[in-house]
Amino acid sequence: MDLMTSFDWSFVIEKLLLISAVLGLSLLIAMYSTWGERKVAAWIQDRRGPNRAGIFGLLQPLADGGKLFFKEEIIPSTANQFLFVLGPSMAMLTACLTSAVIPWGDVLYFGDRAVTLQIADVNIGVLWIMAVVGMGVYGIMIGGWASNNKFSLLAACRGASQVISYELPMGLALIALFMISGSLSLKDIVEQQRSGVWFVVLQPIGFLIFLICAFAECNRTPFDLPEAENELNGGYHLEYSSMKLGFYLFAEYINMFISSALMATLYFGGYSFPYMDSLGLSPNLVTILGICALFLKTFAFIFFFMWVRWTLPRFRYDQLMKLGWKVLIPLALLNMLITGAVILYRQNGFN
Amino acid sequence: MGIDLIIFTVLSAVAIASALGVILSKNPVNSVLCMITCFVAIAGHYIMLNAQFLFVVHLIVYTGAIMVLFLFVLMMMNLNADIEPQKRNWLKYAGAISGGALLLVLVAALRDASVPAIQSGNATDIGLIKNLGKTLFTSYVVPFELSSVLFLSAMVGAVVIGKK
Repeated sequence: MDLMTSFDWSFVIEKLLLISAVLGLSLLIAMYSTWGERKVAAWIQDRRGPNRAGIFGLLQPLADGGKLFFKEEIIPSTANQFLFVLGPSMAMLTACLTSAVIPWGDVLYFGDRAVTLQIADVNIGVLWIMAVVGMGVYGIMIGGWASNNKFSLLAACRGASQVISYELPMGLALIALFMISGSLSLKDIVEQQRSGVWFVVLQPIGFLIFLICAFAECNRTPFDLPEAENELNGGYHLEYSSMKLGFYLFAEYINMFISSALMATLYFGGYSFPYMDSLGLSPNLVTILGICALFLKTFAFIFFFMWVRWTLPRFRYDQLMKLGWKVLIPLALLNMLITGAVILYRQNGFN
Repeated sequence: MGIDLIIFTVLSAVAIASALGVILSKNPVNSVLCMITCFVAIAGHYIMLNAQFLFVVHLIVYTGAIMVLFLFVLMMMNLNADIEPQKRNWLKYAGAISGGALLLVLVAALRDASVPAIQSGNATDIGLIKNLGKTLFTSYVVPFELSSVLFLSAMVGAVVIGKK
């Protein structure tokens, strides 16, 4: 009985609805990213792309999903059964966890109830994302090792070292951003950009580093070495079939969506758009327009991810490591130094 | 029973069960995975104490970085239960005795320790990143700066070694 009264049930229901909405939306967007990927590829390569299922091939993701579901599920006899299933589950779980701290919009008013469109406004928001990204490597490593196949293992090791290496410059680029924002809460960061300029203007080098690292963390071309099929027969998910393979592929698209949303939030103003406070519209309308603005920015980044994939060739593995450790980390440190110096100068000049 | 107590009980049960799993499982990879579970459960305890920064740093450093390296080494060397060397008998006795001695020390220390009542939930905000940062940069600025220089030199050192 105590448990029933100690809860603010409307709060719980509100958050549950928000979580379901965000999860459903990420899954839907990830689903249609596969369609978008093929359409963009077709457009860049002067083809038509999927156009048989539904208008413009819009039912293609459903057909693909159905195909993956109904395929035979094979677990190799030499594989570690439990870990083999755990791998894709971990990949999916960590992909979905990051969406918790991203502010998807400002406040919506239902009568006198204000609903913040963010699942958790914690003051460690960005660090939470770094933590989840760091755990994302387990999905790849466990899956690759449990397959008991040397190509899978090689790919898993590549993936792990790539993610660890690129986490460092990513963190350093973020530190420079925090020095400007003075807060780690994503909501605060967006609110500051709403009243000031977008942080991409103040942190162009930081943004560039973050963008490159985001490509590497998502295992996207030109850094898709863990799934370099011409070297590794397919990558860490070589032994996977059916929906477990689907989970791995799907997790990649969710990661792409979330990191696009994150870049839009951190460097491009999130849900804020120019003149949003001087339009004289009702708060709810401004909030809805803000959500649209965030998704527009996110889709632009997703398109950029695809554009790069169908334009640039893959890096060689040593080039990848060289870029990460010898170019990006020193550059990020330099960026941090310059940012600190400028902040200090603006605070008290040359005294 | 409040919601705090339920969460605390579940987290503690998970932490203890997975800690036992670390030492009891034959397969080293399973041990590492149990250890990761244990770390996550302990991180949950930090968040129950509202120590948000400690929670997230614990996740980043231990589960995100150190355990990945553990797993990396185990997977590369492909250690399995089959090739685990049989330990000698005296090693087992030595382990049991030293473990028992450690337990004795811990119990003796706990007997005399006064355990203050832990404030639950949001009653304390000392673990928030703002307060922690202020403490680090005022009271403990010298050790903090020294260790940050140490970390930076370790990072630069890794790059230099990598260049050879």
